[in-house]
Amino acid sequence: MRDTAVVSQPNPLQRIPGVAIVLAALIALFSAIAPGFLSVANLSNVLVQSTILTMLALPMTLIIMTEGLDLSMGAVLTLTSLCVAIVSLATKSMLLGLGAGLVVGAAFGIANGWLVAILGIPPFVATLGTLGMAQGLSLIVSDGQSVVGIPHSVRDIYSSTLLGIPVPIVMALVTYAAFHGLLYHTRFGTYIFALGGNREALRYAGLSPNKLLIAVYAIGGAMAGIAGLLMTARMNSGHPTAGLGLEFDAIAAVAVGGTSFERGNGWLLGTLLGVLSVGVLRNGLNLISLPSSVQVASVGVLVIVALFLDGLRSRA
Amino acid sequence: MTDITKEAMMPPRSFLSQDAIQVFYRLLAALLICAVLAVLSDSFLSLGNILNVLRQASLTFFIASGLTLVVLTAGLDLSVGANVALSACIAGTVIHKTGSPALGILTGLACGGLVGLLNGIMVTALRIPSFIATYGMLWVLNGLTYWYMAGETLHGFPAGFRQIGSGYLFGLPIPVYLLLVFLGIGTLFAQRTIWGQEIYAIGANPVAARLSGIPVARRLLLVYAVSGTMAGLASIIFLSRLNSAEADIGESLTLPAIAAVLIGGTSLFGGVGTVFGTFIGALILTLVLNGMNLLSVSANWQPLVTGIIVILAVWLDMKTRRRAQ
Repeated sequence: MRDTAVVSQPNPLQRIPGVAIVLAALIALFSAIAPGFLSVANLSNVLVQSTILTMLALPMTLIIMTEGLDLSMGAVLTLTSLCVAIVSLATKSMLLGLGAGLVVGAAFGIANGWLVAILGIPPFVATLGTLGMAQGLSLIVSDGQSVVGIPHSVRDIYSSTLLGIPVPIVMALVTYAAFHGLLYHTRFGTYIFALGGNREALRYAGLSPNKLLIAVYAIGGAMAGIAGLLMTARMNSGHPTAGLGLEFDAIAAVAVGGTSFERGNGWLLGTLLGVLSVGVLRNGLNLISLPSSVQVASVGVLVIVALFLDGLRSRA
Repeated sequence: MTDITKEAMMPPRSFLSQDAIQVFYRLLAALLICAVLAVLSDSFLSLGNILNVLRQASLTFFIASGLTLVVLTAGLDLSVGANVALSACIAGTVIHKTGSPALGILTGLACGGLVGLLNGIMVTALRIPSFIATYGMLWVLNGLTYWYMAGETLHGFPAGFRQIGSGYLFGLPIPVYLLLVFLGIGTLFAQRTIWGQEIYAIGANPVAARLSGIPVARRLLLVYAVSGTMAGLASIIFLSRLNSAEADIGESLTLPAIAAVLIGGTSLFGGVGTVFGTFIGALILTLVLNGMNLLSVSANWQPLVTGIIVILAVWLDMKTRRRAQ
């Protein structure tokens, strides 16, 4: 099967039904049973709250396309969020805080890529190890406490608007445009398809799959750094368990969005719709007063169903 | 291709010499850690501390032993920690409601086993890769447990029940006896029964295993159910040791269990490893964490160290086996 795989091209027509139906069904369901779901305020709330997830799910799509996985993303986001909080608190500078988050996030991403590409450790175990490391570092740098009193310049990122659009949404849209351009309109993007579909071809073309793989994981880490800024701004503090488990929502969004875990093809728009599906699901359950524990369990079920359907399709 | 086939065709007992060497190295490492800790800390060699290490190691071992069988089939069960939490909370409720520890123990084992069986069904019938299926299960179980407990804590269990986790018999903690029993059963099952050998064969080469008539799906179901049941057993020990149950008790259990399996030399790629190795792995990990505790390192460092150990263990294992081949 692998031998015949060429660089896969996205085939939206084949996939639009799956994730679009899921999203439409969820919207229809909650419009019917959740009072206030369809209000403009609530829908814009769903969008703003989905921005952090968008920033994790897009790079997660690239990583899963390389037949990889990054379980450390939520823990790394927690750590970068703390770095943003601590550095911006110490220097009073939002940009230095963002810089610190980016550096730490990218360092973890490079470490993940190095473990997977150079040492050949299976991705889910390598990133489970770095998950523990990032979680431990979060506890160590914060001493298990919240970091409070961060400058207004950080908090304002989450609440201010640009041309009437909330800044987090602008950031998410810019991120989506950047990832779309990167994946579909650059050589690097084509190489990412090949990393999952046909690594031999990359070698014959004189490219180093290892370096490309490290770059993909590094992008994931750096995006966790930017998402860390948003997380700190949203909570107006740094908290040592803030982002734990968010990688699961990201994986859910990618899985629901129709990116395959085994065949090296991915679809960014699908991931975006997947992010919205997860956002609508959590928001709707919240509106009908189901606790966050039920939301977590439902996302779990959503992933398993999506993967089951994906498995059916790949066998069909 | 031919190498893999040859490996699968070899009678598994010939693994043992290679495995024996691997276990020997790990015993040496454990002794070395003991020697270092004995020098660094006066209280390490006290009887109380050694019994404490053994009891702690036995808790990790119960979860890790079932997990070993899963990893032997080239699978992974990331839901074990969450499974312990749910089973403990449900078993605790049953004991509170009925006053019968026996009924509670049965419920805990059944709950763990059922979760394991569901994992097995996802992996075999639905053909979802095991690490992602059990990762989904992790969050489903977490959600269920938090919802079920709603922030409550169960505590205060009958004295007889608490003996299981905190009692002593002839000077040794009762969990240590249970450890010896399950170490024996696990080793006999893996090395000396046909089902055990079939599990090795599935991990070494699933295609060859299927072609030689092994009911792969049924064995995989068994393996995941055993892993879940062992998590159920661990939940009972936890419940009786802590004398309380909360929704979050499973969160720090999965990574150490996986670490114990990997330190013990069981290969993530399947077909290689022993339950005894996992016991040594649990011992090494517990010694390291116990040493950090004795040297007054903050508990905040434990996830960091466990994470580093997981990665080091996989890397060392891959390196030594590559050289051996």
